Amino acid sequence: MPKRTDIHSILVIGSGPIVIGQACEFDYSGTQACRVLKEEGYRVILANSNPATIMTDPDFAHATYIEPLDPDVIESIIAKERPDALLPTLGGQTALNLAMELDKRGVLAKYGVEMIGANALAIETAENRERFKEAMQGIGIAVPQSSFAHTIEQAMAVAAEIGWPIIVRPSYILGGAGTGIADNDDDFRAIAIAGLAASPISEILVERSIAGWKEYELEVVRDKADNCVIICGIENVDPMGVHTGDSITVAPILTLTDVEYQNLRDLSFACIRRIGVDTGGSNVQFAVNPENGDVVIIEMNPRVSRSSALASKATGYPIAKIAAKLAVGYTLDEIPNDITKTTYASFEPVIDYVVTKIPRWAFEKLPGSSGELGTRMQSVGEAMAIGRTFTESIQKGFRSLEQGRYGLNCDPAEENYAHIPTAELVAKTAVATPERLFLVGEALRRGVTVDELHAVNKIDPWFLDQFLMIVEERHALDALGSPGALSKRQWKRAKQLGFSDAQLGYLWKVPESQVRTARLTAGVVATFKTVDTCAAEFDAKTPYHYSTYEDDDEVRVSDRPKVAILGSGPNRIGQGIEFDYCCVHASYALRNAGFETIMINCNPETVSTDYDTSDRLYFEPLTYEDVMNVIEREQPDHLIVSLGGQTPLKLAGMLPAHLVAGTSPASIDAAEDRERWNKLCHSLGIEQPPGGTAVDVEGALAVAERVGYPVLVRPSYVLGGRAMQIVNDASALRKAMADMATDGSLGKEGGLSAERPVLVDRFLDDAVEVDVDAIRDVTGDFVIGGIMEHVEQAGVHSGDSACAIPPQSLSPLTISELERHTRSIADALDVRGLINVQFAVRDGVVYVLEANPRASRTVPFVAKATGVPLAMVASRVMVGATLAELRVEGLLREPKTGGHVSVKEAVLPFSRFPEVDPVLGPEMRSTGEVMGIDRTFGVAYAKSQLASSNRLPSEGTVYLSVNDRDKAATVGVARSFANAGLRLVATSGTAVHLSERGIPIDLVVRKISDPGDGPTALDLLRNGDINLVINTPRGTSDYSDGADIRRACTVNKVTMHTTLAAAVAAASGIAEWKNTPFSVRSLQEWLA
Amino acid sequence: MSIIEAHLVLADGTTFEGEAIGHLPDAGVATGEVVFNTVLSGYQEVITDPSYAGQIITFTSTHIGNYGTNPTDDESRRPFCRGVIVRELARRSSNHRSTEDLGAFLRTRGVAGIAGIDTRRLTRHLRDAGAQPGAFGSADHDTLLRAAKAEPGTDGVDFLGEVSTAEPYTVGNGRWRVVAYDFGIKRTILRHLGRIATVTVVPASMSADDVLALGPDGVFLSNGPGDPAVCSAQVGQIRALIKAETSIFGICLGQQLLASAAGASTFKLPFGHHGGNHPVKDVRTGRVMITSQNHNFCVDHTTLDLAAEVTHVNLNDGTLEGLAYTDLPMFSVQHHPEAGPGPHESETLFDDFDALLTRVHAKPSGPATKAFA
Repeated sequence: MPKRTDIHSILVIGSGPIVIGQACEFDYSGTQACRVLKEEGYRVILANSNPATIMTDPDFAHATYIEPLDPDVIESIIAKERPDALLPTLGGQTALNLAMELDKRGVLAKYGVEMIGANALAIETAENRERFKEAMQGIGIAVPQSSFAHTIEQAMAVAAEIGWPIIVRPSYILGGAGTGIADNDDDFRAIAIAGLAASPISEILVERSIAGWKEYELEVVRDKADNCVIICGIENVDPMGVHTGDSITVAPILTLTDVEYQNLRDLSFACIRRIGVDTGGSNVQFAVNPENGDVVIIEMNPRVSRSSALASKATGYPIAKIAAKLAVGYTLDEIPNDITKTTYASFEPVIDYVVTKIPRWAFEKLPGSSGELGTRMQSVGEAMAIGRTFTESIQKGFRSLEQGRYGLNCDPAEENYAHIPTAELVAKTAVATPERLFLVGEALRRGVTVDELHAVNKIDPWFLDQFLMIVEERHALDALGSPGALSKRQWKRAKQLGFSDAQLGYLWKVPESQVRTARLTAGVVATFKTVDTCAAEFDAKTPYHYSTYEDDDEVRVSDRPKVAILGSGPNRIGQGIEFDYCCVHASYALRNAGFETIMINCNPETVSTDYDTSDRLYFEPLTYEDVMNVIEREQPDHLIVSLGGQTPLKLAGMLPAHLVAGTSPASIDAAEDRERWNKLCHSLGIEQPPGGTAVDVEGALAVAERVGYPVLVRPSYVLGGRAMQIVNDASALRKAMADMATDGSLGKEGGLSAERPVLVDRFLDDAVEVDVDAIRDVTGDFVIGGIMEHVEQAGVHSGDSACAIPPQSLSPLTISELERHTRSIADALDVRGLINVQFAVRDGVVYVLEANPRASRTVPFVAKATGVPLAMVASRVMVGATLAELRVEGLLREPKTGGHVSVKEAVLPFSRFPEVDPVLGPEMRSTGEVMGIDRTFGVAYAKSQLASSNRLPSEGTVYLSVNDRDKAATVGVARSFANAGLRLVATSGTAVHLSERGIPIDLVVRKISDPGDGPTALDLLRNGDINLVINTPRGTSDYSDGADIRRACTVNKVTMHTTLAAAVAAASGIAEWKNTPFSVRSLQEWLA
Repeated sequence: MSIIEAHLVLADGTTFEGEAIGHLPDAGVATGEVVFNTVLSGYQEVITDPSYAGQIITFTSTHIGNYGTNPTDDESRRPFCRGVIVRELARRSSNHRSTEDLGAFLRTRGVAGIAGIDTRRLTRHLRDAGAQPGAFGSADHDTLLRAAKAEPGTDGVDFLGEVSTAEPYTVGNGRWRVVAYDFGIKRTILRHLGRIATVTVVPASMSADDVLALGPDGVFLSNGPGDPAVCSAQVGQIRALIKAETSIFGICLGQQLLASAAGASTFKLPFGHHGGNHPVKDVRTGRVMITSQNHNFCVDHTTLDLAAEVTHVNLNDGTLEGLAYTDLPMFSVQHHPEAGPGPHESETLFDDFDALLTRVHAKPSGPATKAFA
């Protein structure tokens, strides 16, 4: 059946900002979908609020709306564009929920928009737990038995029906309080009573526990002719009980017989047919009882998902692309297989390697979080590794995480386990944490058996035995003693089991370089195999490779000029999709300029690891060893290390310097090395906040004494303000230094040393922070990309701060000074490519805070705001093009800055971590960003707030509680709220201050700690009586109502601002929003 | 356990290093035709599939043996393959049904194996150079190469005597009476046939008269190993059955022999189809089924003497997958609707046989408890 000709335009909804549980996998799938639909000749209308995505590049759709993903806004887009169809299955849960809401409101019917890919009934059946359960039971598929109970009697009755063991989960509780597993009446009664008490609404979910069962996922694709195929089966190494997004998973399924697997396959098809997903991809999750093979279905997602992105990368089968084609009417047997070219999409990929996905968490950035994994996803990113065997694959996976691990232990970090007694070690493996498998490895090393461990943690014995193989090999290698002692066969065996050179260096106490040299001398080099969807049955055309240690290497190196681009690895807070965007743009630009582009990366969520983004894709860890293997094989002419964030930059110094494109590693270092940087600023006559460096506490105290408190302390060579703190006195400084030297992951990442000193700078109170992105070329020609004025004051990490293009409060004089300084710094550093400079402006004085001669997080935002593709221009400049040439070529255009204001806002993960105080500070904690764009700052800011789920209220009540320093400035804000018709409530101090100045306060709320009758802010928040909270904290030592109130905002989903600067912006947003008719406009229109 | 170093040598001299697993063959040499199979699961079913008689099976999946072996997943009374080539044999297996790990299973059943092979290199080589004889074991390279060159492979070799049952036996309790020729029949096929028929399984050598004397409602022609061109006796028997206008369903070798009896010639595919992921289109309905496949030879339907309709084609290479004879109650498929291992969606072909028998016979001959002679 050919494609549909009765529809001409299709609205695609993206997934919005990167949040935990919904990351750049939807940029990957959405980009594929937009591209396919455009190629098929449809008019593509895209809605997505996330400027850092590839899909929102104006080239990928005919009309790109960077607007809030809100039903009213989407309705405006529909009213304006009148699309024939809506494709909701490629933008994650966000797009699905929006589509359902639009359907429910009758918007789709009103404008005659057909939902394609999945219909409302199918989505409802899959998403609604009760209906799903009913539907599955109707076709004979078991579901975990569960029911809600509100009284102990109800609970007992439910338990009697379900059977043991039973897990009790109280509703609406934080941090797992009141959860427990019972296998008899007495225990159950006690747990249920406690659970009912713990739940604020006295509700518990009573569920048959399947903890310890094995967990599987199948990725199904169906076409409209009802042909179904399984693209990939995924097995979770972690048994049931851990969210699949937080589980270590492998493909293919490794521990099921064909009889069991085919049963899951049949059930998956039955499920997708019953749910009624017409076309496209779905994800079905099962649990299998290892004792007897019993199967229950856990859930199904009627859309592409994180797992389908993983499945696509794991097999080479582009699920989202196929899903988009199926949605417009093709059948599977009409769509060619991109990789083989000779076969069709109607087949099931088979693989002859093992793929491992390992999540990456950010608990170190969220003090107060438990670090325990459970049914709520907490990871912020993931790495994928490919090896011929499981052992090779998982060890590559561990080193792909970039958390200082070289593999499964056999590295310095393992010494952290030395003090744990063996019995405790074994017991700890029962609890899923980011450390669990390392603890398993350590226990095996100490001689604990597979069976003992399995009894405690239920990890399948086959996996445990694989870990044991790694441990046994380590003992054997240890006995060999040195790199010179190994035969070729022994080298090969060690490498086939996934040992990195770094692990071997640690084991033999020799430098990694010595291991590498000895290994290469022995003739053991990495061989590259191909991901081809068919286990070599057919000749593959798509060059998608991974390294292993085998007989045969399949890579045929071309003689074209080549550029290798080092990606940014797994997403983490501070380094995410923005850098992937830059790498992808470099690949596109350099491909267009005639280079063969080679991408090296290990993040399965991204566009960069789509096999057709670059000429060649190497799915490899970003370590010295793995990157050098590719370099030696491909012999590229240039290496791009400055677009992928800190990951490739850290490697730059070790890689062949003559290959590094653009700004030299020495210049990069000059900007990072405090002494050289200070000298440079001094010689250029640019003011800096006074400061110095220190490698120990005494040094830090001395610097602070000299410059005066408050000071900002931070380690060098980190991104995202990792461990950055503002401290007000010596004791706080001592504590901060202690944290950095020993504690937490930073210690594991390398700790402090003369090479990695701590920077101590005077902190500038109440300064305006400004970011400047610019490009300088080899001739010294220079262009400003964008000047961003931050909304929040200096001291809030730039990544967590809102900012605007063009600047809203800076004078022309200041702006020209910023430009001049940026240029002189770029000249002094001999920058060839991008540079980002951060300034603080106070009382008309411009201070430079830092400069980074590399791509910054703001590059995609600037590109969307101005229409100038900065990363493309920069990548060309890095390999020798001049700005003048690129102007002639048309790649470098004049920025479009007149007529609109663009506001970037950060999106924070606090709703996932209700136990954490959601206050902004110098350590970055946002996971993603949104953009609001409109004619005025106020409306653009209001759009950015709506897009980041902080809708500014147009009516209702504002709660104000500010610290003494902010009281004076609060007056104007409060008046503005009052003028906009909002009611004001405040704590006594703030209320008195405002009332005295003639601002009416409706209610003075009681402090939580004060005795008395009146309501506290918490009471009002719980009752939904407050629509906006302005709460500025008193400093890090503050332990008062503030933290409770802020946490309550997170839990009750009330919009909150913790800085007065943001409150000012909110006030202007509310005022302008009320006075401006709402309108939407595509990026193409803004930038025309 | 110490490692026994071993080599695999193909007839063209290509050599691989590995280590011996399973049964240790006499003089350290095992020979056969080297083929590959791409299934992700189902190694026990594959190893015990009699169609692999004379062949050495390369598994492209890296990890083999993870879930052990169990008594119910065997496809025949013993393995008939000549050997197994894997990248990684599990040393510990894990499954609630497992009774024996794969290494022990191979040893107790006399199947030699070799592990540690770069199976992807081997597969790519077989894909490009074609399936070919090979030898593996702990013997020296020259010995292995000589053995590989001396090995006849499967072209022109008759394996039916080896794999077929010596005596008739009956299984199943369905409503029809069906005689199944055992050319190397898989147990899963018998389980499916048994749903619709009471099945008497007979030796490959049984004459058509003897089969007809059993009074069957229909005859089933099984899968089996080797080259259809050497099965002239069977082709003769089938020709006699066709003359008697017998209702016939054939699978795999069964399709090839039925078509040969109908006058067609067969040819050898470059490297055969061995896997569980081949798309086959039912050209009558447009539906695509993912199928289990295991064959090296293919029917050239343009050479048929009898009128027949192509019902199924392979979407990967366009080769013939199914035939329905226009004027006779006979149909056949090249793939394995019984799965074992593999996907289940073409199981409905057994229902098609049921429907065919219903069309031909007004009413079933009724269930029989014993051989219905």
